[in-house]
Amino acid sequence: MIDILTGIFPYAIAFTIPLLVTSLGGLFSERSGVVNIGLEGLMVMGSFAGAITISNLEAYLPNGSIWIGIMVAGIVSGIFSLLHAFASIHLKANQVISGTAINMIAGAITVFFARNITGSGNIRIQLGLQRVSIPILRDIPLLGDMFFSNTYLTTWVVIAILIFSKFVIYNTAFGLRLRACGEHPQAAAAAGINVFLIRYIAVFISGILAGFGGAIILVTYSGEFNGSVAGLGFLALAALIFGQWKPLGILGATFFFGFASTIANVSQAIPALATIPGIILKVFPYVVTLIALVLFSKSSQAPKAAGEPFDQGKR
Amino acid sequence: MNSDKLRPLWVALISVLLGLIAGGILMAFTGNNPVEGYIYLFKGGLMSIERIGNTLATATALILTGLSVAFAFRTGLFNIGASGQMLMGGLCATALGLSLNLPKPVLLPIVLLAAIIGGGLWGLIPGLLKARFNVHEVVATIMMNWIAFWTVNYAVPSFFKGEYLETESRNIGVNASLRVEWLTKLFNGSYINLGIFLAILSIIVIAIILNRTVLGFQLKAVGFNKDSAKYAGMNVNRNIVLSMVIAGSLSGLAGATFYLGYASNIQIGVLPSQGFDGIAVALLGANSPYGALATAIFFGILHSGKGFMNAMTSIPPEIGDTIIAIIIYFAATSLLIHKFLDKIKAFIKGARKK
Repeated sequence: MIDILTGIFPYAIAFTIPLLVTSLGGLFSERSGVVNIGLEGLMVMGSFAGAITISNLEAYLPNGSIWIGIMVAGIVSGIFSLLHAFASIHLKANQVISGTAINMIAGAITVFFARNITGSGNIRIQLGLQRVSIPILRDIPLLGDMFFSNTYLTTWVVIAILIFSKFVIYNTAFGLRLRACGEHPQAAAAAGINVFLIRYIAVFISGILAGFGGAIILVTYSGEFNGSVAGLGFLALAALIFGQWKPLGILGATFFFGFASTIANVSQAIPALATIPGIILKVFPYVVTLIALVLFSKSSQAPKAAGEPFDQGKR
Repeated sequence: MNSDKLRPLWVALISVLLGLIAGGILMAFTGNNPVEGYIYLFKGGLMSIERIGNTLATATALILTGLSVAFAFRTGLFNIGASGQMLMGGLCATALGLSLNLPKPVLLPIVLLAAIIGGGLWGLIPGLLKARFNVHEVVATIMMNWIAFWTVNYAVPSFFKGEYLETESRNIGVNASLRVEWLTKLFNGSYINLGIFLAILSIIVIAIILNRTVLGFQLKAVGFNKDSAKYAGMNVNRNIVLSMVIAGSLSGLAGATFYLGYASNIQIGVLPSQGFDGIAVALLGANSPYGALATAIFFGILHSGKGFMNAMTSIPPEIGDTIIAIIIYFAATSLLIHKFLDKIKAFIKGARKK
């Protein structure tokens, strides 16, 4: 059983990481008071921008192209997310409708362009990211196999983003302002904070991080852009809620979901798990999120002003 | 004033126009002729009696999902779960259609009822969670979408596997299909089916419920202001649950018309896009049943014409979906359009005074 666990661990982590970084993006946005259900579309956009960049550059820069691709993905998704920011902050649009529009635009327009480029609507990249083992740490018994062997470098980058995000949200002036805008924007504005600006920055960050998420899926386990990220953006949203809008909660939730999904994917190959129908493991994250919502309904940590357009005149 | 009543119509028309312009720019940007593209797009949806039939068949599910979203919206609920409700309706209907061997007049009501129950159940759960625990219906319906997605993913290959493909169910028999010979013949072999009559019937029923019944009055009152509805003695929670169940049933029915009418089997691995297009239909149609009808038919043209356009030009068919998505964005940001219309109104008034 331990062998099975250590065997699937690297896959579970590979699946968790894009979810984690996207969910952190959602955290910034929602903590500032803008609900972002466009995460799915922002991931698709990231996956598309990454695939285009990498497939064009990989002949010249075999290793560098992957990292350039991830950066481009973040920037493109960040800019794309400004559409959502503009609608929901400046135009006081319904944030759910705007987010849905983001999802639909991303899903359609990327395939539209991909068809113009490749004819099929899919973009393959030749090279994925290589797995590396961390020297010394990989020799730790058990833990070395689980966490430090065959890891992607992106995993460590995302962990760094997680730590940095926690620091920014809780230990900096920007973080304090961000949280104030999500809890009580009128009070924040009265204290001299530019609510619009903070919210724009927060949505922009959510776009960048979701773009990273989409690109990481591409360079680690999918290897191809195909116009969808199979609902991972919505799963990231679920993780955000299940993690109760806190960085470490999100880490726990995404790992939990990543692990459950990986077990579901490999369950047929493992005798001990083959008896459990795959559906139970697949719907598990969504059911758990619904249950969490019910359990936390009295004490939800949701940002109080999430989803509400900021209106200066309202008290 | 009369012009204020027509406001939603103007907003919708301007959104559509902006969406079409954006689509044209995209066509030009990728080296195609937008005028030619649009001519083929609309020809593809309307040029023959068969294609008109296909357009109506495509519009059928959109009418129903649009009604579903619009109906919930009237009660102040955002039903983003039309896709999942449609899938469950389709799954229940297909399951019974494949399992029961009954004559068509007996089987059809059974499968339709199954679809309504399946979709209704998928609306009931978020409704109950909202009413009882104040769980936000947007999140709950998103979760229900993916639960439906994986349920179909599991159930279809396990119980109703197709002859050749693992990814779709067996084809349903003639006795469970909503297609009928006289209608197919009338439209020269198109996909059109009894679903269109169900959709129109639903529009009338929903319009009557909303505008002529106590229930509709109560639902709208809850949508306008929950607290005052409660103060007036209405059972807010019961109305929330009821609204979601009816919305879910409409989407479930959409599933039946799609999987047993437009198609003849159910596929795994996709959340039907009609569920999300339904949000656009409701939004553009200003949440009114007749607005939904007009919008759905327009989207039907875009969807059924895009294949023809793709065959005649090198424009990818996704332009249809892109245009719809951009239209939603413009409809969502209608504040801009409202400001623009206000300016025009002020300008006209100013001109009259002179």
